[in-house]
Amino acid sequence: MRINPKTLEEVAFKLLEKAATSLPDDVKKALKSAYEREDSPTAKTELKNILDNIESAEKLKKPLCQDTGMISFYVRSREIENFVEVRKALIDATVKATETIPLRPNAVHPITRKNTGNNVGEHIPHIEWIYTDQDHVELIASIKGGGSENMSALAMITPGLGVKGVKKFIVDTVVKAGAQPCPPTIVGVGLGGTVEISFKLAKLALLRPLGSRNKDKDISRLEDELFNLINQTGVGPMGLGGKTTCLDVKIEYAHCHTATLPVAVYFQCWADRRASAKISLDGSFEFIV
Amino acid sequence: MVEYRLKTPLKEDEVRKLNVGDILYITGTIFSARDQAHRRILEYAEKGLELPFNLDGAVIFHVGPIMQRKDDRWVVVSAGPTTSTRMNSTTPKLLERFRVRVIIGKGGMSFEVAEALKRFGAVYCHFTGGAGVLAAKNIKEVEGVEWIDLGMPEAVWKLKVEDFGPVTVTIDSKGRSLYETVKKSVEENLKKIYQQI
Ligand code: SF4
Repeated sequence: MRINPKTLEEVAFKLLEKAATSLPDDVKKALKSAYEREDSPTAKTELKNILDNIESAEKLKKPLCQDTGMISFYVRSREIENFVEVRKALIDATVKATETIPLRPNAVHPITRKNTGNNVGEHIPHIEWIYTDQDHVELIASIKGGGSENMSALAMITPGLGVKGVKKFIVDTVVKAGAQPCPPTIVGVGLGGTVEISFKLAKLALLRPLGSRNKDKDISRLEDELFNLINQTGVGPMGLGGKTTCLDVKIEYAHCHTATLPVAVYFQCWADRRASAKISLDGSFEFIV
Repeated sequence: MVEYRLKTPLKEDEVRKLNVGDILYITGTIFSARDQAHRRILEYAEKGLELPFNLDGAVIFHVGPIMQRKDDRWVVVSAGPTTSTRMNSTTPKLLERFRVRVIIGKGGMSFEVAEALKRFGAVYCHFTGGAGVLAAKNIKEVEGVEWIDLGMPEAVWKLKVEDFGPVTVTIDSKGRSLYETVKKSVEENLKKIYQQI
């Protein structure tokens, strides 16, 4: 299929604007119920600040967090005939969004640390094509800050340790991260596969709505169990203590080599900035999230 | 827990009476500074050069804001705190050389910093991570910027604030730290969690 680059650029810009200045309803709902649940004044103050901040950002149409992160796009569609044009459209939308919303220029060279000034650089924004057999295109924009990124971790668990080893690693990683990834976080887990696949799966898990559960019964049970265990740690909002350390745990899995058990833990801070739209072949589009 | 409304520049005795858990609203001037600004401040101090801003009784905010140029002035778009641990190595020296009284950031700071806060009479406060618009709302004016060559997030922004907060005192000048308290209770909770695993 051929995607109209003009439409795509326009939709991508709108998605970045929406993602940077508002939060999906599922995240807001989870934050509100966390606020109700907490009883320590410090935890309540933190959640109240977060909720007030979202409200102001949405009203003023300003980036709700100053770290407007690294940008990724996911294009779900059939085969794309004009991928080069698609790529250019998404890069152009990133440059325009950086200038006009504005977003903070965050992309720097890993060695020289020189900032490109427009959030575009080698392999950045990240653009990924996900094959589907539907007759429309779904575009997802994701903005992810550095604080939660820095605390993410991978373990190659000894398969003999089994699910116990998996659970311990995930809980320990959350405790070690403490206040750094701006809890309450959303914990994305990629279980199995290879090292490469595990992080991709963890990111795909993060793109799923909060409260959604994996179709595999064993995996969805693990999601529930980890959600409860993590919230018993007492790390709390912003690591200052409380009942809400995570808003959800979402796991995607792949079969893995008989000798391995990779576990990727990918943190998303409370500022879970994602937006998506459905683009029809006639060029019309509608927001999904 | 007590609420305080404080005005800059701050005096040592005003800050020494603050306790972990107290909530502050600050009016006056605060300075943004993160990794590179800290390094340059210390370089200036070592060479005996005078800083282009006065840190006596000052409030330092760990932030890399989004600023926008409107006509001939700067406006703050979003300005929530950044992770303070990156300033752990430079902060004790900074507190020794300058009479900084309040540091605002997120995520807490090291034992060495807590010791320096105690010794020189300063506190560390937490501002909600990611609450960039809330912070920007309390910044009334950008009074100026120094070291813009470091880039927008790393430059030192001189910010005029009114009732900037609520910020929570999380390490006071008496050696107490909310992070240590939370850490101890998390360790206890972990024991019970491991049993369930
Ligand atoms: S971790 Fe998230 S909420 Fe916190 S400062 Fe970074 S992007 Fe903002």
